[in-house]
Amino acid sequence: MNLALSDEQVFLREAARGALSRFKTLEAAREALDGEQGALPDLWPTAREAGWPGLLISEEHGGAGLDAFDAMLVLSECGRVIASIQLLGHLPATAILDDGVGGNGSAPMLEELATGEKRAAYLPACPPDDLADGWSVDPAHGLARPSAPRVSEADGQARVSGELAFVPDAPGADLLVGVALLDGRPVGVAIEGSAAGVSVEAVTRYDSTRSLGHVSLKEAPATILDTPVEALAGAWHLAQSLIAAESLGSVETALDVSVAYAKERFTFGRAIGSYQAVKHSLTEVLRQLENGRSLLYYAGWARTGGPDEFPLAASAARSVAGRALDTAARTMISVHGGIGATWEHDAPLYFRRAQLSRRLLGGTGRATDRVAGELIAQADAA
Amino acid sequence: MDLDDTPEQAAFRAQARGWLEEHSSEAPVLTGPGALQDEAEILAARRAWQGKLAEAGLAGVTWPKEYGGQGLGPIEQVLSNQEIGRAKVPGILDAIGVGMLGPTIIAHGSEEQKTRYLGAMLHGDEVWCQLFSEPAAGSDLAAVQTRARLQDDGSWRLTGQKVWTTNAQFASYGLLLARTDADVPKHKGLTMFVVPMDAEGVTIRGLRQISGEAEFNEVFFDDVSVGADAVVGGVGNGWGTALTTLMFERVTIGLGGEGLGYNSTRFAGAIAADPDARRDPEVRHQLGEIASELLAVRFTGYRTLTALQKGQIPGPEAGLAKVTIVSGAIKAGDLIADVEGPDALLEDSEWAYMISFLPGLKSAGGTEEILRNTIGERVLGLPPEPRLDKGIPFSELRSKEGAPA
Repeated sequence: MNLALSDEQVFLREAARGALSRFKTLEAAREALDGEQGALPDLWPTAREAGWPGLLISEEHGGAGLDAFDAMLVLSECGRVIASIQLLGHLPATAILDDGVGGNGSAPMLEELATGEKRAAYLPACPPDDLADGWSVDPAHGLARPSAPRVSEADGQARVSGELAFVPDAPGADLLVGVALLDGRPVGVAIEGSAAGVSVEAVTRYDSTRSLGHVSLKEAPATILDTPVEALAGAWHLAQSLIAAESLGSVETALDVSVAYAKERFTFGRAIGSYQAVKHSLTEVLRQLENGRSLLYYAGWARTGGPDEFPLAASAARSVAGRALDTAARTMISVHGGIGATWEHDAPLYFRRAQLSRRLLGGTGRATDRVAGELIAQADAA
Repeated sequence: MDLDDTPEQAAFRAQARGWLEEHSSEAPVLTGPGALQDEAEILAARRAWQGKLAEAGLAGVTWPKEYGGQGLGPIEQVLSNQEIGRAKVPGILDAIGVGMLGPTIIAHGSEEQKTRYLGAMLHGDEVWCQLFSEPAAGSDLAAVQTRARLQDDGSWRLTGQKVWTTNAQFASYGLLLARTDADVPKHKGLTMFVVPMDAEGVTIRGLRQISGEAEFNEVFFDDVSVGADAVVGGVGNGWGTALTTLMFERVTIGLGGEGLGYNSTRFAGAIAADPDARRDPEVRHQLGEIASELLAVRFTGYRTLTALQKGQIPGPEAGLAKVTIVSGAIKAGDLIADVEGPDALLEDSEWAYMISFLPGLKSAGGTEEILRNTIGERVLGLPPEPRLDKGIPFSELRSKEGAPA
């Protein structure tokens, strides 16, 4: 039994915290909300320097060959300071590519993606669950989920068509990597961002630090990958774990800031943190944070240690982390009183992050339903 | 990061599993067909089974060898508990004695006390009970009013009332926290005693709960005489001795969460059994939320084990797992009752029992409010609530409350 960080993982986390601390990410986030173009620092060079783009690419393809849990540690640090960095899109894409290097060749751009010279974005496709028989993607609006893109082959060239909304880190990506249906069968596909038939419309919703894109593919030329279907589904669950980790990083800061304020702010002659009402609401944030952390360990272990449980573990982590971030952001505001709900304070940045994050990548609700579905299936099998 | 046993742990587990495979037919049957019905018979069978588990080295694993234990770490005790669960046989009868009170005596007791009491406790020959809480001293345990008065011959006379005493009705001994000096601040005037439960002046009365069963007792002490050798850990040191017991209680709760049977698998099974509920989005959403938190507690337990393995002692944050388990199980009971309807509340339904048991469990082993206070202060470092009892002699506090000390 060992659910502790290794020395290397502690180092990875500390290095990430150190590297990100050189930037005023929160100030930049506020300025970006004010509409200042270019306010957000370009953190990709920092990511490259630290080796994050190649975290999940195996060493033989130029990456670090690390596992999901290591990536979660980095995303958690990004979440702490609401850093705008394109790893949520890049990392699941590289996982699909690395698993897709078959006997007959290499996946496109893998070496350049490992160094970060090129950047990829994952086209999120939700594997079938109890709510939908097929592979589905996030809609631009509403509840109805479109089917995953289709791929057709003619004259030896595969071409992909479909629409995907709110794709993390799609704007400016050199390669789009995801799932498309070939005669109804899911296959991994890689599409160059600059290819004909590809259009990416940059969109921003509520949280300016989150780079999103509506991706439209019209007969876009694609490479079909050898990625096994389990790994295509795995990419979705990996993305769920990463956004969970990122959310919990934000919870950590929201809690730290709130606790510090509760110790220094006095009313009726005593620090507000001494009142049970305040103390208990802060321990509630801690409770949800600790539950989320435990589930990150579960997901981190399961991806390689118990792959059958990875969908359950990642979905549970996403579900708990989404609620934890909402609770933490709302508590942060209420502990600070009125000032917490103003532009003067950082709390609204965490609140905006919480509201948008919970609706991306299928939303926390879908992850929560998958937890139920996986457990019902386990009960049936027992 | 792994969930695997070390080679030493694997060897211990294999040994435990081997013994259980060979001996599980000797275990008492407590549920299902052929279950024992007679209370006295059940008790005798469970005592005997505890003795066998102790002999086999599956109980009291962390106790020193000289007192009948294995001298191993908490991990090995957890492995042993896991194998007992896997074999679907009952665990030990006296988990409170072996898990909390024995370790307190090992830490604070005299050599004579250790020799006299520990072996019989571990083997189930003498069951123990914990006489700490009182009607007016639960969260504020140091407010106990049970008085111990020193006699001229060095013996003590005990008068007062204890409550929530599990197993008192068949216990041989109790570990009792009493006030020996009311004229000093309340944490300072306390002393821990060993009390024979068959002593003259001890009255035990069952306390029925919502379910109708009496799992707890009230225990009354009317001028009960115990010798000078009944003191554990020194006169006036009762609070420190009690804190040791409470530390072991935290460890027991932190590691035993899933043992309560409040887990995602069981609740999902109940929903899966209903063809409509398992497809209902609202039911599934609630199940998903509840189950996610309970799954988290399983891995919090593994994190606690990792810490123990590294020689660290679990802190008060283990109490958060208790909050999650209890609140999760309450929500699950509510959901299952919504799905099954009034039949979930049939007297012999497992859900009726659980639904009845949980409101009390919320306060057991530290109320949710006290746990949140402790965690807020010790883990988050938030300032304590101002206290009106610091440094004030207990007798003065009592007179402020309008009661005689």
